[in-house]
Amino acid sequence: MGTLAIFKKEMRAYFASPIAYAIFTLFLVICGYFFYSFLIYYSLASMQASMSPGLGAGLNVTDSILRPLFTNMSVVLLFLMPMLTMRLFAEERKQGTLELLLTYPVRDGEVLLGKFMSAVALTALLLLATGIYPLLLTLWGEVELYPVLTGYLGLLLLAAAFIALGLLCSSLTENQVVAAAFTFGALLLFWIIGWAASLAEGDWGVLFRQLSIVEHFVGSFARGVLELKDVAYYVGMASFFLFATLKSLEIRRWKG
Amino acid sequence: MIEVEGLTKLYGSKAAIDNLTFRVEKGEVVGFLGPNGAGKTTTMRVLSCFMPPTAGTARVAGYDIRSQALEVRRRIGYLPEHVPLYTDLTVTQYLNFVADAKGVPRQARRQRVEETIERCLLQDARRRIIGKLSKGFRQRVGLAQALLGDAPVLILDEPTIGLDPKQIIEIRSLIRDMRGERTVILSTHILPEVSMVCQRVIIINEGRIVAVDTPENLTRRLQRSTQVLLQIEGPPEQITRRLGEVNGVLRVQTKDGAGSLCRYLVETEKSQDLRQELARVICGSGWGLLELRPVDMSLEDIFIRLVTEEPVTSE
Repeated sequence: MGTLAIFKKEMRAYFASPIAYAIFTLFLVICGYFFYSFLIYYSLASMQASMSPGLGAGLNVTDSILRPLFTNMSVVLLFLMPMLTMRLFAEERKQGTLELLLTYPVRDGEVLLGKFMSAVALTALLLLATGIYPLLLTLWGEVELYPVLTGYLGLLLLAAAFIALGLLCSSLTENQVVAAAFTFGALLLFWIIGWAASLAEGDWGVLFRQLSIVEHFVGSFARGVLELKDVAYYVGMASFFLFATLKSLEIRRWKG
Repeated sequence: MIEVEGLTKLYGSKAAIDNLTFRVEKGEVVGFLGPNGAGKTTTMRVLSCFMPPTAGTARVAGYDIRSQALEVRRRIGYLPEHVPLYTDLTVTQYLNFVADAKGVPRQARRQRVEETIERCLLQDARRRIIGKLSKGFRQRVGLAQALLGDAPVLILDEPTIGLDPKQIIEIRSLIRDMRGERTVILSTHILPEVSMVCQRVIIINEGRIVAVDTPENLTRRLQRSTQVLLQIEGPPEQITRRLGEVNGVLRVQTKDGAGSLCRYLVETEKSQDLRQELARVICGSGWGLLELRPVDMSLEDIFIRLVTEEPVTSE
């Protein structure tokens, strides 16, 4: 009940300030560029393949356009999600509205869930807007539906994990910039840890790869493959960070 | 309605409030009076379940603030000191959100919000964005959000701070009208506000309660003498001497004035009302008596005395 009220309020707030519009614009411009360049490259390759048939063997729209596109989108999300989440707790704390909110008959968990869902919903809208890319592709080529849906699902789950981490960082400070910086830094760490995987040996290498945030996406979702372990990874990450945020709220209450 | 016992809150090793014990009965309007840093805001925050106390208990509307915090929050309306509001929303959008969050049923919501808008004189500001409102309007929106949900207990932290005199009068009469209807505890360091609005006052200093009583009782208990102010036309020295000779007069002070028209403050023993005697003496000597009135010890004086001397509790 309280969750819904907070969800609606956050959605309103997103669109009342420039934040939502800025993020939409940035994301769509950057991804649009990626789509364009992959498409151009692909059309070039397919033209060459039409001239010498052997080259056309592995060429398909899903692998050559959508997969790299999804991969790049996941990285752009890594940059943009911190900006979406930085205000969620930090701004309320600074303005003093959190103090008031926490005296309403709404549980801390409801507040958290409402904010989380609003950020995820906004991201879902963002991803929906990029649906124009696969839609355009259907005009000229064969696009398989399920890999596309899987790719988007992966992006949403990825974003959910990013958002949960962003909420945690936002709840730890009053300063939005610090919150964004910490979120970004932490996400970057999770990304880079995948590179360490290739350098490390044996068990460490496996561990690092399992922790890497992008590995779990690139290997499966981007290719249109739904792997349970990857779903579990993102859901687990999101849950862990949400739980940590709940605890952080509790601790801040005690300290006053 | 509010029962506090031994309430303590420590920040590190410093006690913001220390062993507070008091009660507020249903329908009372009680003032929490104290200098800055006395612990008023901390007490409000603990009572509103924003933060738990370090020690002690408190029950609001019959529920314990520690173990039944959600139930307490359903029954309170809280207005924090700096009136924090969501500046991006319009007044109506904001109040709708508050009604939702407080669990006002959907069908009743529009009507309730409307009633509250009218009660707080916000009709003109309905569609305006909160960030663009003046302080007076914002304060009223803050009060409106506290009133929404028909909470039986209102906790108001400095509700009139920063308002202009006209707005202050409006807010005060709004609060005064709630006597009997709701239980209100408000904090302030504006002394006249307390005697105008509150039925009882709790004076707090450095985290401890210094006095609990009605404003009139406090005046009576702490006044050591009765004072009478006179404005007399005539030779000051002679007047002073003649007044001092009256039986029961403790002291005569010349307050202000020039030449032959001066104001005199006469202190008499507490139990005696010497106004008629003084008037007779003045007129009998042929001097002009222009003004004669009793002067109560002001709340300011009481406050200063309580806050700088030994604590005086009524319980």
